[in-house]
Amino acid sequence: MNKRTKVRNFHQAKWDEPVIFELSNKGERGILFPEIEREIEEIVGDGISKLPENMIRKQPPNLPELSQMQVLKHYLRLSQQTLGADLNVDIGQGTCTMKYSPKINEEFAKSPKVTELHPSQDEKTVQGILEIIYKLDLFLREISGLDKFTFQPGGGSQAIFAMASIIHAFHESNGDSEKRDEIISTMFSHPSDAAAPTVKGYKVINIYPNKDGLPDVEALKKAVSNRTAGLLITNPEDTGIFNPKIKEFTQIVHDAGGICGYDQANANGILGITRAKEADFDLCFFNLHKTFSSPHGCGGPATGALGVTKELIKFLPVPLVEYDNEKFYFNYDVPKSIGKVRAFYGVVPAILKAYSWIMSLGSKGLKEVSQIAVLNNNYLLKKVLEIRGASAPYARGRHRIEQVRYSWNKLYEETGVTTEDITCRMVDFGFHMWSSHHPFIVPQPFTLEPTESYSKAELDEYIAGLKKVVEEAYDNPGIVKNAPHRSVIHKLKTDILDDPDKWAITWRAYLKKNKK
Amino acid sequence: MRRIGIIVNPIAGMGGKVGLKGTDGSAILAKAKEMGAEQESSKRAVKTLERIVSLKDEIELITYPTEMGENAARQCGFVPKVIGTIIEGKTTGDDTQQASRDLCKHKIDLLLFAGGDGTARDIYTAIGDELVVLGTPTGVKMHSAVFASNPMRAGDLALLYLQGKVKAVKEVEVMDIDEEAFRAGAVSAKLYGYLKIPFERRHVRGMKAGSSTNEKYAQEAIAQEIIENMEEDCFYIIGPGTTTRSIMKKLKLDYTLLGVDLIYNKKLIEKDLNEKKLIKHIMENKAKLIITPIGGQGFLFGRGNQQLSPDVIKGVGIDNIIVIATSQKINSLNGQPFLVDSGDRELDYSLVGHVIVTTGYRENVVYRVDS
Repeated sequence: MNKRTKVRNFHQAKWDEPVIFELSNKGERGILFPEIEREIEEIVGDGISKLPENMIRKQPPNLPELSQMQVLKHYLRLSQQTLGADLNVDIGQGTCTMKYSPKINEEFAKSPKVTELHPSQDEKTVQGILEIIYKLDLFLREISGLDKFTFQPGGGSQAIFAMASIIHAFHESNGDSEKRDEIISTMFSHPSDAAAPTVKGYKVINIYPNKDGLPDVEALKKAVSNRTAGLLITNPEDTGIFNPKIKEFTQIVHDAGGICGYDQANANGILGITRAKEADFDLCFFNLHKTFSSPHGCGGPATGALGVTKELIKFLPVPLVEYDNEKFYFNYDVPKSIGKVRAFYGVVPAILKAYSWIMSLGSKGLKEVSQIAVLNNNYLLKKVLEIRGASAPYARGRHRIEQVRYSWNKLYEETGVTTEDITCRMVDFGFHMWSSHHPFIVPQPFTLEPTESYSKAELDEYIAGLKKVVEEAYDNPGIVKNAPHRSVIHKLKTDILDDPDKWAITWRAYLKKNKK
Repeated sequence: MRRIGIIVNPIAGMGGKVGLKGTDGSAILAKAKEMGAEQESSKRAVKTLERIVSLKDEIELITYPTEMGENAARQCGFVPKVIGTIIEGKTTGDDTQQASRDLCKHKIDLLLFAGGDGTARDIYTAIGDELVVLGTPTGVKMHSAVFASNPMRAGDLALLYLQGKVKAVKEVEVMDIDEEAFRAGAVSAKLYGYLKIPFERRHVRGMKAGSSTNEKYAQEAIAQEIIENMEEDCFYIIGPGTTTRSIMKKLKLDYTLLGVDLIYNKKLIEKDLNEKKLIKHIMENKAKLIITPIGGQGFLFGRGNQQLSPDVIKGVGIDNIIVIATSQKINSLNGQPFLVDSGDRELDYSLVGHVIVTTGYRENVVYRVDS
């Protein structure tokens, strides 16, 4: 690495590794079990015939058949083909809040005290973990100002879905649920705020940003009516701009008879600074795998910690974890509960890691997290705006909270190099920039979120990477347009994702759709 | 080998810099020249062609002589096949039309043209939607949606299309306004038809956003939403456009793409109605009006749907206007509001503000309207 330019001479491993199903060899085994000794069989039987008939598979599952060493190599190779937060300066995934997940917390989660727990154990035997779940609830109550949390939802979108279910249950209890069939959101809220209520059966009205990038109060007034069930909104929005009129928003929706859910999946810039309660929200949720450092885990298992005001506790999913001054216990007596959104009580390792993280920081530490995240972001904003061809639409000259949605539009107009090209070229220097900036109102968008974890040197390295690619875009755009040159695969063919006859999320579906 | 056709309308845009609102007609052209107007069109065409010059050994470029394309092509390093004849310095719309027909015979894959609304209209008049086209904007009037936002973008999109990286096409409006009336202060834009242009998804979307639907599916989703919510015993006036057409198609009704149709209880009452007929039907009846923004500038009223006069709009009632548009169409406005120019100032003011737009199945947005 050249210290002056700070851009690495990086090269990713490329193993050309097949899908594990393609590596399968019929009959190959990772473990050969010894035959059961006769004495044992005489006591416990053959181990299968005692199982209920309907639980015994007629056909064994179609799993890949490999030996141990081949499995190990397969996954090690795949791991060399990734660019996770533990490898690269992972600030190019704005909205995802990529931060350091302390490794000591992994040790706690790996402890047999956790791994040997079973969710069906009697509550008397699991007081320790119930205490942790309960105390994390108390912490989040303090952070949000709301009155009770559940950890059942397995991620942010499921938490939003649960919020939509609670909103529905609330109106149903008022005999109003059929008339109130609309949810309001904003274009720069997380797209799941519109998607999840749609799955619940709601119509969604999305508010476009005004010239400042903020949803307009007047537009909200247009959207509310006696059909309004609720508001689901992110703040700060994905632009990193905080909506200063948020209380006016909740007021307007309340006046129309709706209730308000706050998407705080990413609360990384506002811990200890603003709360859901003071903005009059009725519900909110936090992603423990974003703000609270538990790892993202490649789409799960995670936790969308969902909180409500006391008026809405009766609708929460069961069981709730409670404390009666003597013991911790499961409370199934929630009169108007929406039921369950997921099995059991939540993803315990994620809960444990978030708990540990908060305990290690304390309330002052949490606030400092946000202050550093905001400082990092505004340092980055200043540096990015110095790069030729980059801009930050909306809120010109103002500070942002924890992230910024930028634009390469000027660069594109001048060179023909797109944001996607830059994404592809950045991996040649070992940087991940992702490509999802829904709803694509900002032309040639890119979204950076530096969180509190990254040092100034790392931010400077990322900036140097961007500068290098931009220099190339102006001097030799071909290099950028044909990138990546040193990565695992060349270009992704994404058109297949638009073709329901082709795309598959399981190997079985792949075989079926591709007639193999 | 893929073939690309080039038509440059050399006089397009000449009226702009000298303050004349277009260059349709020889008298006005003479005036523009007199006022010192320069040929800008060819220069801008060069900017487009520079973006595809990397393909010069892989594609065949066919064009008309000198100022109608040959010059621009040669300036970029192409060795074009030149067809047809013109009188240099005296080309008219007839030359554009003839060039379109000639290029059509050469079975080109894409027709790139540099011009304005008048040029687009000439191409549409000559060959309809037989070819996939794309406009480099060089004219004064640009109400049609066939133009890229600037010459470079036209080149970039053409490149992707010729390389086969962009395969889909979409139908977009060809509109033109009456220049004489425009000079006199009145705007009267007519919707002439639809041309096919390459359809580029704005960006590759990450998995988190899900896969994007194309324009056609988005239109079908809107139609489904509208039809499910149709009230009985109510007239529905269906304005022009491909988005509104999807409703008629889904109902399996006959329709006009450019005209205004009327349905009642999901049956066609009449198609292609004028203002008078519309008023007769909706008078003292319950009616709703379904419209979509027309053209590249997002007009809800006053461009391409003049049948929907102030009297019709008032007869229906502002609260009974249903606006539909795909997200792609809205986003292509780059944050600019919808516009209304109904011809009735007071009515326009009452439409200004925000409007709820149906953008998909159970999907709506609130968008700004300006006059």
